[in-house]
Amino acid sequence: MPFFVFYYNCSMNWTKGVKDGIPIGIGYFAVSFSFGIAGSHILSWPLVTLISMFNLTSAGQFAGLKIIESLGTIFEMAVATFFINLRYSLMAISLSQKVDSSFGIVKRLLLSTGITDEIYAVSMSQKKKISSSYFFGLMCFPYLGWSLGTFVGAFSGPILPVEVSQALGVALYAMFVAIVVPEMKKQRSVFIVVILSIICSLLFYYAPVLNQISVGFSIILSAMIASAIGAILFPVEENIRE
Amino acid sequence: MNLERFFYYLLIMAGVTYLVRTIPFILIRKQLQNRFLRSFLSYIPYTVLAAMTIPAIFYATTSKIAAAVGLLTAILFSVLGRSLIFVATAACFAVFIMNMILG
Repeated sequence: MPFFVFYYNCSMNWTKGVKDGIPIGIGYFAVSFSFGIAGSHILSWPLVTLISMFNLTSAGQFAGLKIIESLGTIFEMAVATFFINLRYSLMAISLSQKVDSSFGIVKRLLLSTGITDEIYAVSMSQKKKISSSYFFGLMCFPYLGWSLGTFVGAFSGPILPVEVSQALGVALYAMFVAIVVPEMKKQRSVFIVVILSIICSLLFYYAPVLNQISVGFSIILSAMIASAIGAILFPVEENIRE
Repeated sequence: MNLERFFYYLLIMAGVTYLVRTIPFILIRKQLQNRFLRSFLSYIPYTVLAAMTIPAIFYATTSKIAAAVGLLTAILFSVLGRSLIFVATAACFAVFIMNMILG
């Protein structure tokens, strides 16, 4: 990855960033372990691990995996990745105003890989402007956790007993549930858009004619229809919340 | 999986993901003004995850009944505010038990 070739002084900022990144890294390990297991049914472990090392995004990678599995088109992959990861653009814009002058063009090019939901959230929760060394520190453990977790999952997937790997098949989905449900509880708007998205998704899966649409597009379309309705019915107030 | 095809997929995935993050990070230094777009994007993570989970979870293990029990377990512990890892472990465990019972 690009940021590994970068040389940094081991400053206080970097150390603090690394420390703040540890909990994210542990969480990522667990999620990417499940991703690795899911991937191991389709691809060999080096390939699954490569996906994680080059993407660092859960929903995007998982949709990508589904498209690979269904031998979808390159166009479908591009469109799905674009829409599912479009929220990172929003985070990048808001992060752009939070970083200090140590973020030049080159550092932005190298460190933008670290813009994920969790790293973004921790960055924004800092009181002061954030430096590039802090941000680099912050993304170290999450990156390692994400890559390593994928490797361990993908490697152990095929050698686990069938009963265990069958049960682990639901792990990633359960994690998605654990991300979505608390937010549904907190905000009625999220509750409604999630239900809408599920209805669309079921239609794209089971309804005649609609079920001709490929898996990648049905995810994008469901999410876009539900989010658009949500944006019209319940526009958000402040700038960005995550 | 044909290796060449895989690398095309990987290139597109990684390339698009990188550009989606990097281009706005470099070019846009002001806050997004359009309220519809901001709202739309704030809902996207949840709607994407929901659409990916249902109905796919029902096909993620040997039986749909076991998967349904796993899903309900996950929802229950999420409502109770348990952590990501706890929820996932409990759901897997529930599926494991159900698969044993159903044979």
